[in-house]
Amino acid sequence: MRVVAAHAIKESLRRRVFAVVLVLSVVFLGLYAWGTSELFDDVSGFSSNEFGVDAETLAGATVLGLAMFAILFLGAVLSTFLTLGAVRGDAERGLLQPLIVRPLGRTSYLGGRLLAAAAVSAAYVVVLFGACTVITGLLGWWPDRWIAPALGLAGAAAIIAAISLLGSVLLSSTANGIAVFMVFGAGLVAGLLGQIGEALNSDTLDTIADIATWILPFEALYQDGLAQLTADVDGATEAIVTLGPFGGAQEAGAGMWPFAIAYVVAVFAAAAALFARRDL
Amino acid sequence: MPALEIRSLVKRYGAVEALGGVDLEVGDGQLVGLLGPNGAGKSTLVKSACGLVKPTSGTLTVAGAPAGSKEARGAIGYLAELFRFPGWARADEVLELHQRLTGSDGGATERGELLELVGLADARQRRIEQMSKGMQQRLGLAQALVGKPKLLLLDEPTSALDPVGRRMVREVLIELRRRGLSVLLNSHLLSEVELVCDHVAIMRSGRVVSAGKPEELVRARGVEVETAAGRRTIEGATRDDVPRIVAELVAAGEQVYEVRALQSTLEDVYVEAVS
Repeated sequence: MRVVAAHAIKESLRRRVFAVVLVLSVVFLGLYAWGTSELFDDVSGFSSNEFGVDAETLAGATVLGLAMFAILFLGAVLSTFLTLGAVRGDAERGLLQPLIVRPLGRTSYLGGRLLAAAAVSAAYVVVLFGACTVITGLLGWWPDRWIAPALGLAGAAAIIAAISLLGSVLLSSTANGIAVFMVFGAGLVAGLLGQIGEALNSDTLDTIADIATWILPFEALYQDGLAQLTADVDGATEAIVTLGPFGGAQEAGAGMWPFAIAYVVAVFAAAAALFARRDL
Repeated sequence: MPALEIRSLVKRYGAVEALGGVDLEVGDGQLVGLLGPNGAGKSTLVKSACGLVKPTSGTLTVAGAPAGSKEARGAIGYLAELFRFPGWARADEVLELHQRLTGSDGGATERGELLELVGLADARQRRIEQMSKGMQQRLGLAQALVGKPKLLLLDEPTSALDPVGRRMVREVLIELRRRGLSVLLNSHLLSEVELVCDHVAIMRSGRVVSAGKPEELVRARGVEVETAAGRRTIEGATRDDVPRIVAELVAAGEQVYEVRALQSTLEDVYVEAVS
């Protein structure tokens, strides 16, 4: 499994697409720093207002929340890119057969691919989120928690990698890529529904969002991370942050992380079982 | 114990029967050629031996282990009909990866020898994306030989090669046979199979319809003689009958210009078997 993982990581680092991702990430960080700097300049005049709202917290939480959303998207792109053709796509291109006939076996091959994709994409989102946190902090606002949001993003990227790997057993590369992003979109929509449900006090929307959260736990980990950014904010600032586009984030609760780990294991087991029966 | 033993192998894809009860054996050090038209089931047979395709019924053993098992996979080298190596990798890296996957401790020496064997010694550090298709095919052959497999399964190994490359592969196969390696060669090229294989199996519609040593499969087609009266063929005669035929013709006062013992080629046998 380690040989396949090392090979997959080497491949991800040596392909030109990774260089493109790196360049785009640097551009993203540059734009983020510029935008955040402008934002803090704009809100500096509201530092002491009669409502007791901490403008820098409001601005910082909103812009870092927005960055988390962008990082989740980039992490999803990377983990999907690294796994979308792992089985059927690579088999159709003739890359898989020479490896699979070796003694390592199909389950070990899949494990190596998942390990590599999860490690690369998790490391990527953690580094990117860390950079955004430092930029935001140096410019005016440090989040209440930063390790939990980083881990939430890393976990979300690993879950998307597992889903994409399962899809790669069943679908061609293009179809799998489309399917994974539809699943990703469904997760985000479910999160938004939950926020709307809470704002409108709609039990039905809340229930739909809860079910979707358990089916697609990457959304729950992302929402939890988002909530941790402003975990200690209270008073009028908390009320305003909660009304914001990223403020309705829900804490996942103690059971979500064990569930997320079990979810990845279950998705991997399903992929391994399907792959074991597949003719190549 | 044969390197590969296939008994009553059946493979169905839904309603389509790709293999309909195949029996085949590749003995130790034997080079067996697999012939047949497109869709005959040759590639399915080779893939079944590799464990890439699960049989519907029947048994396949590689060096005594069930095909697809870890032991069986450890005993084979495989070159797929359609294969590709990552374009970013160098030839040496491809072989190194397969050394790790097979647990080979041959190191740089083994890699160098294999590249030398397939005529790629100068391309050791060349990226796959910079190689011609023929070079990649030869690298594929070297890859299949990593870890000193007991059984080599080659699915159309010369499909992308020019005549010089084909000759090189033939020479490699002869060398491998000399070293005692067992080989199952799936090829469309009758001449290639005829030149190097000890045993030939011809498949049609998922079944072996003719099998044997190449010299056993071909048969006498008469003796052709050219005399002053013209050219004619004496049906049923063999090479052993030539002295008697010539003596009789001369005794009869005929002038004999040319005598030729006719024999069917493997191509004749193949066309007859698959049509």
